[in-house]
Amino acid sequence: MLSIKNLHASIEDKPILRGLDLEVKPGEVHAIMGPNGSGKSTLSYVLAGKDDYEVTEGSATLDGQDLFALAADERAAAGLFLAFQYPLEIPGVATMTFLKAAVNAQRRARGEGDLPTPQFMKLVREKADGLGISSDMLKRGLNVGFSGGEKKRNEILQMALLEPKLCVLDETDSGLDIDALKVVSEGVNALRAKDRAFVVITHYQRLLDHIAPDVVHVMAKGRIVRTGGPELAHELEARGYADYVGEAAA
Amino acid sequence: MPAVQETVARVREIDVDQYKYGFVTNIESDRAEKGLSEDTVRFISAKKGEPEWMLEWRLDAYRRWRTMVEPDWARVDYPPIAYDELYYYSAPKSTAGPKTLDEVDPELLRTYEKLGIPLREQEILAGVEQRRVAVDAVFDSVSVATTFKKELAQAGVIFCPISEAIREHPELVKKYLGSVVPTSDNFFATLNSAVFSDGSFVYVPKGVRCPMELSTYFRINEQNTGQFERTLIIADEGSFVSYLEGCTAPMRDENQLHAAVVELVAHDDAEIKYSTVQNWYPGDAEGKGGIYNFVTKRGDCRGRNSKISWTQVETGSAITWKYPSCILRGDGSRGEFYSIAISNGRQQVDSGTKMIHLGKNTTSKIISKGISAGRSQNTYRGLVSAHRKATNARNFTNCDSLLIGDECGAHTVPYLEAKTSTAVFEHEATTSKISDDQKFYCLQRGLSEEEAVALIVNGFVKDVLQQLPMEFAVEAQKLISISLEGSVG
Ligand SMILES: Nc1ncnc2c1ncn2[C@@H]1O[C@H](COP(=O)(O)OP(=O)(O)OP(=O)(O)O)[C@@H](O)[C@H]1O
Ligand SMILES: [Mg+2]
Repeated sequence: MLSIKNLHASIEDKPILRGLDLEVKPGEVHAIMGPNGSGKSTLSYVLAGKDDYEVTEGSATLDGQDLFALAADERAAAGLFLAFQYPLEIPGVATMTFLKAAVNAQRRARGEGDLPTPQFMKLVREKADGLGISSDMLKRGLNVGFSGGEKKRNEILQMALLEPKLCVLDETDSGLDIDALKVVSEGVNALRAKDRAFVVITHYQRLLDHIAPDVVHVMAKGRIVRTGGPELAHELEARGYADYVGEAAA
Repeated sequence: MPAVQETVARVREIDVDQYKYGFVTNIESDRAEKGLSEDTVRFISAKKGEPEWMLEWRLDAYRRWRTMVEPDWARVDYPPIAYDELYYYSAPKSTAGPKTLDEVDPELLRTYEKLGIPLREQEILAGVEQRRVAVDAVFDSVSVATTFKKELAQAGVIFCPISEAIREHPELVKKYLGSVVPTSDNFFATLNSAVFSDGSFVYVPKGVRCPMELSTYFRINEQNTGQFERTLIIADEGSFVSYLEGCTAPMRDENQLHAAVVELVAHDDAEIKYSTVQNWYPGDAEGKGGIYNFVTKRGDCRGRNSKISWTQVETGSAITWKYPSCILRGDGSRGEFYSIAISNGRQQVDSGTKMIHLGKNTTSKIISKGISAGRSQNTYRGLVSAHRKATNARNFTNCDSLLIGDECGAHTVPYLEAKTSTAVFEHEATTSKISDDQKFYCLQRGLSEEEAVALIVNGFVKDVLQQLPMEFAVEAQKLISISLEGSVG
């Protein structure tokens, strides 16, 4: 589904990703762990098509489609979703309004008509209830005054509504209390499907206790330096990244 | 691609707001000789069948105007206007006194249809239980048709073209015309006083709540014809009226001068709500061909506890020079100004308000949202003053500017004058840019860049949009998106 080959990318002429390879198959959940500043968020931004990042070498395809040939909104419509490490606030735009704009924009991009409002409202209510998001929150400005945990839940709500093919979750667990972690994980698990894949960026094993990954990667200095099964996460939890930082630097 | 052309092209394509079209209605017109002289003024007055006193009033203004100089303090820049090259009066020929809509030139009706003013529909709907809107449609200079007149008359409300009011209600016109904006007020108001062609007149008698939203659509149709609209609204004691003016104009190569005067008078406990949605042709990418909009709008809170509120959504015109103001004369009176001013391409906006506190315990509120895109310049200019006797005057001003891109400008020029120590004026101002991160967030969810900007902007102006009558808020929201198309990428 997602195929990244020898990806090099820089920001302001500073190389951040330095020859990254990653293969994710439909139905799989991959976890990426790695020290602060190793380029995890950068990878998610480069995949999603944020300006300012320059791809200098390599390729990335989603179901065979060259991602770098698409604009950011086209990548979204093609089924790429990024749950932000720091979700943005948009004052004055009710969360509900934003959700509707997003859902309909993607439907239109796929040549489907807008979802009728009553149907849309019903859908949102259903998904929001599952994530413990109140209707009051849906009326408020997007992410404005939301707590850290509320913002993350709101990301999962968007993911649930947009039904993407590939979900990249950037530290969705940070800032969540224990109950919220459970709610969010359940939200993610509910979306697991044969034809959908997840790339979960995290620092902590506790998220992986809830969302069992198929593959765990260690990222350091802009590359994947080790790949293993779920046990790798436990090993990292116990030993830290010291080995890998040295290895990648060498 | 020139932003505005792209906008226009896009509007055509998506067919949501037909009124942005630059179509010209082909009707023979009956217009005054080019240029401005006493004869022009006499011609206009005669065309309108005005009484002698009105002609004298106009001539007096004309003579004054000849001695005045065009103001140059606003932050707008335009080549000199050749006043003697303009036509000052133009009326569709076929409109000599239509009694019903059936008598109205079908071509005109089609134009209105394109503009989205379903006059016929509205009359049919007259019996239907729902909120209604009475439309006094002004075609160039002459009011063509007035709907709902009967029902309004039953309530005692007078809503008619001002030319008709001059003939039918001279005592009211004599008493109030020029009482808020005197003929000598300013260059453009004086010009208007000399040559005003038509406009609306509203009188709401004591204790009457006007049974419907009043609305007028103006459209400048004749090439090189300045439109000099004159509106006078009087709310007598304890009455209420809400009035909405929506404006459109077809595309033009030469700049068209528009110098309107609007006077509002609110007596004791009366309230007037005046809303404007203005989307006149802003000119091409270089600003060529747009409307010059020099407007004087002023409300007089003459009575105790009276209230006047101005709400405006300004997206059009090449140049906007406009400061809807309130004179808070009556004790306990209140003035409000809610404004959204959007500029794109080469547009220049210098707009704001004046709140003049004269009475005791008077309050005012100003919420201004300026949005600049393209290479436009957007200035908020506001005056809040409290007279010596205006004890406990209160003002709250919130003035926010949003910039889209790096080539536009936003400026805030507030003037505060308090001659009483009991006055409390609060002023908040912010200037922000749409952040790339906010935009990226929207794009990542599948919104196009233009949709993203429109969404963020609509959030920015929400406080003001909420002030518009429901049925126009949606239209205004669409208009905002349309006027910003081509401002990104
Ligand atoms: N705009 C920028 N200009 C220069 N350097 C940048 C910029 N943005 C990010 N970087 C650098 O890129 C590197 C990778 O950052 P990134 O955010 O991808 O790390 P991360 O792995 O997500 O870290 P964390 O675990 O702390 O979230 C860091 O060294 C960071 O300082
Ligand atoms: Mg990060």
